[in-house]
Amino acid sequence: MRKLYTKKLSKKDQLKDLQPGKETVQFLLNYSKALRVVDCRGIKFGTILN
Amino acid sequence: MNNVEITDAVLVREYMQGNENALSKLINRHQHRIYSFIFSKVYDRDVSEDIFQDTFIKVINTLKRGKYNEEGKFLPWVMRIAHNLVIDHFRRNKRMPKFDNSGDFNIFSVLSDSDLNIETQIIKDQIENDVKELIKELPEDQLEVLTMRIYKDMSFKEISERTGVSINTALGRMRYALINLRKIIEKHNLVLTN
Repeated sequence: MRKLYTKKLSKKDQLKDLQPGKETVQFLLNYSKALRVVDCRGIKFGTILN
Repeated sequence: MNNVEITDAVLVREYMQGNENALSKLINRHQHRIYSFIFSKVYDRDVSEDIFQDTFIKVINTLKRGKYNEEGKFLPWVMRIAHNLVIDHFRRNKRMPKFDNSGDFNIFSVLSDSDLNIETQIIKDQIENDVKELIKELPEDQLEVLTMRIYKDMSFKEISERTGVSINTALGRMRYALINLRKIIEKHNLVLTN
């Protein structure tokens, strides 16, 4: 009976849905904007600016 | 007319020069492929999300530090990072497996919270008070042994020394105390269960 009530997604539909959440992408963009790399005598330090 | 797609190499260069929009374009361009790749290995949305995030954090850190030198091979490079993080995930999971509660078996049906809730705590207190009242009906010598054993947690050796009787007598008094206590409970028609 189950198959009468459930619609099987096509492979295309399944793949279409596969992508990261908007929050994740937004977090990465914000992280990138906040990250500053400082070069101090050849050593690179990463700092996160608020 | 602006149909010519900017190559990954150009976007990477622009990003390394400080153009944050270039990163947004790179993520938008490749997110589906990278995320699908991760998901095809781990089959878990949340884990895929975490690995995708960690992948790009590594990408961002490398690019910002100017360590990237694989021009023209951006996607294979990111895929390699994602692949390594997927392997790390499985290694970690092997050491500390994650319990998936999505199947027919529910772990919470066999695991229970041993702490009493407020209702069972009230019932327990009430039963203990009832028992304290009931034992007062026991003969003095039996009451003495039962109190020392149950409430003062004394051994039968200590009880025998304290009361001046043999251990066997103390054991016998305890036995009769319990038998008589059951009789008292039956007489009063009490149900002392939680």
